[in-house]
Amino acid sequence: MYTTLDVCETSSVMMRQAYCETLCALAREGRDVVALDADLISSSGMRPFFKEFPDRAVQCGVAEANMIGIAAGLSAVGKIPFAHSFGCFASRRVCDQIMISAAYACLNVRIVGSDPGITATYNGGTHMPFEDMGVLRSIPGITLIEPTDPVMTRDVVRKLASAYGVYYIRLARKNVKAVYADGSTFEIGRGALLRPGRDVAVIASGIMVSEALKAADILSAEGVGVRVVDMFTWKPVDGELIAECAAETGAIVTAENHNIYGGLGSAVAEALVKSGPVPVEMVGVRDRFGQVGTEDYLREEYGLTARDIIGAIRRAIARK
Amino acid sequence: MKTAGQLQVMAEEIRIATLRTLEYFGAGHIGGAMSIVETLAVLYGSVMRYDASNPGWDTRDRLVMSKGHAGPALYATLSMCGFFPAEMLAELNMPGGRLPSHCDMNKTPGVDMTTGSLGQGMSTAIGLALGCRMNGWDSNTYLLLGDGECNEGQVWEGVMFARHHKLDNLVTFVDRNMQQLDGFVRDVLDTGDMAAKFTAFGWHTQEVNGHDTRAIDAAVRNALAQKGVPSAIILHTVKGYGCNFAEGVESNHNMSFTKEQIDGAVADVRVRLAAAKAAAGEGV
Repeated sequence: MYTTLDVCETSSVMMRQAYCETLCALAREGRDVVALDADLISSSGMRPFFKEFPDRAVQCGVAEANMIGIAAGLSAVGKIPFAHSFGCFASRRVCDQIMISAAYACLNVRIVGSDPGITATYNGGTHMPFEDMGVLRSIPGITLIEPTDPVMTRDVVRKLASAYGVYYIRLARKNVKAVYADGSTFEIGRGALLRPGRDVAVIASGIMVSEALKAADILSAEGVGVRVVDMFTWKPVDGELIAECAAETGAIVTAENHNIYGGLGSAVAEALVKSGPVPVEMVGVRDRFGQVGTEDYLREEYGLTARDIIGAIRRAIARK
Repeated sequence: MKTAGQLQVMAEEIRIATLRTLEYFGAGHIGGAMSIVETLAVLYGSVMRYDASNPGWDTRDRLVMSKGHAGPALYATLSMCGFFPAEMLAELNMPGGRLPSHCDMNKTPGVDMTTGSLGQGMSTAIGLALGCRMNGWDSNTYLLLGDGECNEGQVWEGVMFARHHKLDNLVTFVDRNMQQLDGFVRDVLDTGDMAAKFTAFGWHTQEVNGHDTRAIDAAVRNALAQKGVPSAIILHTVKGYGCNFAEGVESNHNMSFTKEQIDGAVADVRVRLAAAKAAAGEGV
């Protein structure tokens, strides 16, 4: 069960801290987790794990393809590998290794791709994944998750230590808006319903969840009931909840820090055409590459603000 | 454990079983299957620890056939070693069957890793070796690479890693048969002096005649005696070796053939088998 905070403020801990602390806790509990990294321990915040558990930490150097294969091999002898690189290099660069060495071989691998979309800020276009989820979504059986805040990160990482399969975790590294109260738990594959409105449903993920909540609060003053769903699992996407949102609100807005092609908007639209289409507006990156900038600058540049969501809500409602 | 002479007998028997397996389908990767049968005989006849009745045994030794297209030779070997009955070899490439063209650990009893996308076996083998070491198992992992496969950059990422992490429970064979799909390796993308390359990366490196079971067996035992470094064994081989219609043919990576061709090749191998049996002191 999950509870949302009354106000979304910047989280007190960074996402990477929640990730590392959870893996350390699992290791202390005797779980057979192994952390792999590709010369990015300083970035992924995994130094504490590497220091405390040198025998279950694997530094792979700048060789991501090799890292994914090693993770697959480790899982074949019972290890529970978590392999990290920046999202670009943990997805598009190693697509075939995830496809064949991990997924096709039915092995048990978690891949953590950090710095999703505009959160890559000054690393710029080469390091700014707007495509990672889309690239990986066509791999059979893979599960794609974008944790929203540190509370969800802790719960998801803990759950994944007991799961089996290939999982990609799209993880912001630094501070994000905290959405959930401590102790909240989630079900992978089920969206989290955060606001109950009946005029339109915003289906959001990652850093767009708090923007969606902000948009809902603003529009509620105008008497517009905005339902908000945190669709942190992009695959398998929660088609049942999407259908319910469509039936009960009659209009959908998707909001993602990702290219709208192949991303959450696409996944929601695919689900909707099966259950009964309603007007859909997509907030997200419109088929562009990344660039350097602050997160605020990039939010404006790519149209990822609460204001953009409000505009999309108005358009969607007008089309009902 | 077999003697060197018995291993040579086993190799010729694997060669015949591989040819018969390929015959069922009428086409396949015959060149690269023929070039590794002596190594498979040494691994499964002498070196590796396994239990055919319990293929998932945790602390077994493992083979990653990274040149996954050589599946038929491995299938013939596994069948001879009791992992599954010989009749199953007829399932090669049959829809819904258990013997796909490239190795699949989830379909075939005894196959330790799924392979086929070249270069990836290097990394999965490292993962197995590293995991066995983490688990405190004294299991060894054997990796079989093609020489054309060594065009793949991922191979060299792994070569660097295995040395850095001192994986002395990993023994890598390179099937140096000098040919790849489009022709001779030297013409397609020359891999140069393979032994020098592995040596330069800090590996213990040996070069042997890849069709001499005695030499391969000795090289593996020498490799396993090395501590703190991974080992490479460059197998100097002939693509299509011992199959009279494939050996010496430039485009022998993947061929189609008739039953008569296979029969002719098998008859040839039977002569070699008889000689091997005589040399091993076995009755013909």
